[in-house]
Amino acid sequence: MRFLAFFFNLLEPVFALSQKWLGQSRLAWLFVGPNLLVFGLFTFLPIVINVFYATSAGVALMPADRPFSGLENFQTLFECRDYFDFQTCRKDVFWRAIGNTLQFSVIQVTLMVLFSLLTALVLNRKIIGRGFWRGVFFYPVLLSPVVVALIWKWLLKSQGVFNAALVAMDHPPIEWLTDSHWAFFWTIFVSIWAHMGFYTLILLAGLQAIPKDVYEAALMDKASPWRTLTRITLPLLMPNLIVVLVLAMIRAVQVFDEVFVLTGGGPGSATTFIVQFIYQTGFAEQIHLYGLAAAASLALAVGLIVLTLLQLKLTRAKDAGQKVR
Amino acid sequence: MFKTESILQRHAFKTLALALMAAGAVSAQAQEVRVMCYQDGVECDVTAELAKKFEAQNPGVKIVVDTVPYKTIVEQLPVQLAAGQGPDIARVTDLGGLSKFYMDISPNLKDRKYFDTQFGTTAAWLSPAAGDKGIYGFMSQLTMTGPYVNKTLFDQAKVALPGPKATWDDWVAAANKVAKATQTKAAMAWDRSGHRFAGPAISNGAAIFDAKGDLVVDTGYKNTINKFVGWHKDGTMLKEVWAGSGGSTYADSIGEFINGNVVMVLSGSWQINRLQKDIGTKFDWEAVPNPCGAAACTGIPGGAAWVALKTSKSPKETAAFLSFMAAEANYADFIAKTNNIPAHAGLAKKGVNYTSAQPAAKAALGVFSGGVANLSPVAYKFQGYKYNRAIMLPTVSRVTQALVGELSVDEAVNKLNADMQDAVKQAQK
Amino acid sequence: MLLKFLTRTRHAQRLGWTDALSYAYLVVGLFTLFAPVLWLLMSSFKTESAIGEFPPTFLPYTQRTVQVDNYPQPLPLFHVTLDDGQVKPMAQVSRIGIMATMVDPEHPQETVQVKLLQRQPVRELKFAFNNYTELFGKFAFGTYLFNSVFITVVATVLTLLFNSMAAFALSKYKFTGQKTVFLLIIATLMIPPTIVLVPIFLVINSVGLLNSLWGVILPAVATPTGVFLLRQYMLTIPDELLEAARMDHASEWRIYWRIVLPLSAPALAVLAIFSVMWRWNDFLLPLIVLSKSEFFTLQLALNSFQGELNTQWHYLLAMTVITLLPVTLVFAFLQRYITTGIASAGVK
Repeated sequence: MRFLAFFFNLLEPVFALSQKWLGQSRLAWLFVGPNLLVFGLFTFLPIVINVFYATSAGVALMPADRPFSGLENFQTLFECRDYFDFQTCRKDVFWRAIGNTLQFSVIQVTLMVLFSLLTALVLNRKIIGRGFWRGVFFYPVLLSPVVVALIWKWLLKSQGVFNAALVAMDHPPIEWLTDSHWAFFWTIFVSIWAHMGFYTLILLAGLQAIPKDVYEAALMDKASPWRTLTRITLPLLMPNLIVVLVLAMIRAVQVFDEVFVLTGGGPGSATTFIVQFIYQTGFAEQIHLYGLAAAASLALAVGLIVLTLLQLKLTRAKDAGQKVR
Repeated sequence: MFKTESILQRHAFKTLALALMAAGAVSAQAQEVRVMCYQDGVECDVTAELAKKFEAQNPGVKIVVDTVPYKTIVEQLPVQLAAGQGPDIARVTDLGGLSKFYMDISPNLKDRKYFDTQFGTTAAWLSPAAGDKGIYGFMSQLTMTGPYVNKTLFDQAKVALPGPKATWDDWVAAANKVAKATQTKAAMAWDRSGHRFAGPAISNGAAIFDAKGDLVVDTGYKNTINKFVGWHKDGTMLKEVWAGSGGSTYADSIGEFINGNVVMVLSGSWQINRLQKDIGTKFDWEAVPNPCGAAACTGIPGGAAWVALKTSKSPKETAAFLSFMAAEANYADFIAKTNNIPAHAGLAKKGVNYTSAQPAAKAALGVFSGGVANLSPVAYKFQGYKYNRAIMLPTVSRVTQALVGELSVDEAVNKLNADMQDAVKQAQK
Repeated sequence: MLLKFLTRTRHAQRLGWTDALSYAYLVVGLFTLFAPVLWLLMSSFKTESAIGEFPPTFLPYTQRTVQVDNYPQPLPLFHVTLDDGQVKPMAQVSRIGIMATMVDPEHPQETVQVKLLQRQPVRELKFAFNNYTELFGKFAFGTYLFNSVFITVVATVLTLLFNSMAAFALSKYKFTGQKTVFLLIIATLMIPPTIVLVPIFLVINSVGLLNSLWGVILPAVATPTGVFLLRQYMLTIPDELLEAARMDHASEWRIYWRIVLPLSAPALAVLAIFSVMWRWNDFLLPLIVLSKSEFFTLQLALNSFQGELNTQWHYLLAMTVITLLPVTLVFAFLQRYITTGIASAGVK
């Protein structure tokens, strides 16, 4: 406590003085200052540099050594002989990655929200040891993606536990991670396994904020359980649901760490998602195509912003519609 | 909650301040040479021992050996070097690709003729430009790609090992027979690497380079891809090695070999130490000469080199340590302890006494050393070509796509070509 | 009926079958979420050879060995079913393919050829603690631990400070450009860090923070999630409190420090937990910033086991368990803050 008081006393005169000079409202900039500085230097500036990379060619790292190339990188990315068959595209892995990512996001977000909602509803009941159960479901969120992937990779390897169980049941072992469909399934499963707890808690908090008399009023009106769920619970939970949907979608599109360690993007490019494509293009290959990677990342950022805005618009419309009823 | 945090913070701050001051004081006294090293066996551990010897002989110089995974050398080091950061010495395998960062140590060498004589044949691999007479380091080992077989399984199946002139098809047939008889998971596996793939490709007649000296994917290369994909489809090859990853990530097949899941693998001489350590007496293993194709019976030479880097802040000490490691006695010590083939001309002629090598390892070293004579000139050219990654990496990613069924072989070859041309074009900008 | 159970909230009179269903769901969840980690824990105590076994066992068993005359090394012990139906304990000298050369410990002179299928290993429960102890000797574990702890603690403190200051300004003041600043901060959620890796590397390099723990601490201190979380919470602090303090001539800094911060304690606790979690598990940023081994963090060291020698699963597993421990402890202590914190800060 003494250290904190020392720190406080040190800065107070600084702020008090600034307050005299700047006035109260402009003092706000001083508060926002440190955060903004770090943010500007280490988040915003790199994005600007990225734009420069996207418009330059060559394999040099230092921007000064890179010749300007305009939109050439974007042209490379989007060049396709036949826009309906991405096999004919010059960067077919890029398009495959986008396709994979969209598929993954839609399926994973839907399942994630459903399971989180279900779990939250169950946890909202009067059950014994609620704190313990909350901990159980939240626990995997604390694990690092590398650890999560290693655990599952180890369970799923061809001589791992799952296959041992299959063999014990007289079933031939399944190539969990080298079969493209299974590999895709497991990327979805593992990411839900690791992150569901976070969204469950958000929804649980929302459920607990709904006042009990609402339910009692519904009971008195002899409302059926389905009605209670759809007409009362869900609408009141809508703000939290929107938060969950948007966050889950953003995270799903950006999936990388777990999948990269679990399958490496394989087999082939079955589980290669867009961030891995960017990482591979810019980092992993020894001929670093920084420009292409930067162009792809900008395309991703734009796509994500569009997606999020779309999501917000749709859910806000639904929200407004519900309220009218 | 704030109370505990502040107490922790207070103590941590104090201890850290002291630690930082202490660290600063120490490093100010000695000249430091940083060595970034990766190892397949014990190369970095042995180097650390040599470093201690050097420090004893040269007080005032401190050698720090950072052992990092291979991935760091491949992915992080080039980025650091490009940004003007990096160690003084590194153990690298992309000899041509990183050559623009090498530092010429000949001005600081007492005896450059020694380097020219003993490491002259491989010096060209390290030159940034053709005809460059600078000395940038030396090969820490000479490696060769080649197959290993599980002799025990062959014995169990009562199948004889094909002879030295046998072709890849002969070996595939034999290995398949063995796998079936002993219920082994698969007959064969190759490391997931374009470098490994090039050996059989060149043996099969791939020329790799066209008349102008540029990379080309010709019929020989295509046929090898066709065969390779076919072997996966009929179950000869272990699917996990190539299909278990995406992109062009490296994966070796030795792990599966050690676990007895495969009869024969295509890997290289740098694995001898690991095989000796991890297999022990589980089964008998042997290195066999590279199988033949239509044109040759070759593997690909190579190896990791110790290179001095331009980012070095102590060039004199760097040159001194490199000379020390290259000295015959020390080099012989390194080679013997790591069970590698020497790149040192004198030692190659004299032979090295592999003290820690057991009979299997000794025999394997003999097979690889003997195989050097069969190396095709195309293989040497391939190894020394600056942009060989441009064909190696797309080979891995596109062929994987073909063998999991995402692309047909023709499509894969076309895409391989396109990727290769793109990469070379960008690299030359 | 199913829906009835879903929608019922608090009042449970007796334990009906819907409660049973709920508990069943919870138990299945417990199993799915905990079993893999438990498996990891148990397997981290297995010896290297036991890990590679197929089919694998849950508890760490190793094979018993016995010292036999004439043989210098202890030999593994098996129960062998001989051709005449007898079951004898025998030691194995060597194994080639599907035949094993075995010897009776009581008659060490003669060896017998035995088919693999005829023998069963004699096992005992043994915890290979040496997996853990050897790790400490394998590399500078203490240094990596210190680095990880230092980065986590300092980064968390800075994050709490900077983010709360920014949140304070964004929630309790009105100034021009406020909305833009806020939107910019939130918009960066759209950029996955992997993508700006190379530019971040360049920036860190140019400010000279490469190969320094500060190069890992500073760049990620301005978390958008933190600012968002704290701002939401601070919005609920009544402005009257601040007005009253201002009328008492308290400076803005004093208001921030003495009033707003203590009142935001639950949200701060949540951010602290998240920050500890992110920083302790952070991998990508240390990977590109730190290349000198004395600055490595535990996660980087963990990665080095995975990359080069995939067969060293026993060390890998032990290491994984060790890196899990601090986060587990932090969570166990502070988990009640998480739910109260998210509850108050998450609802718009």
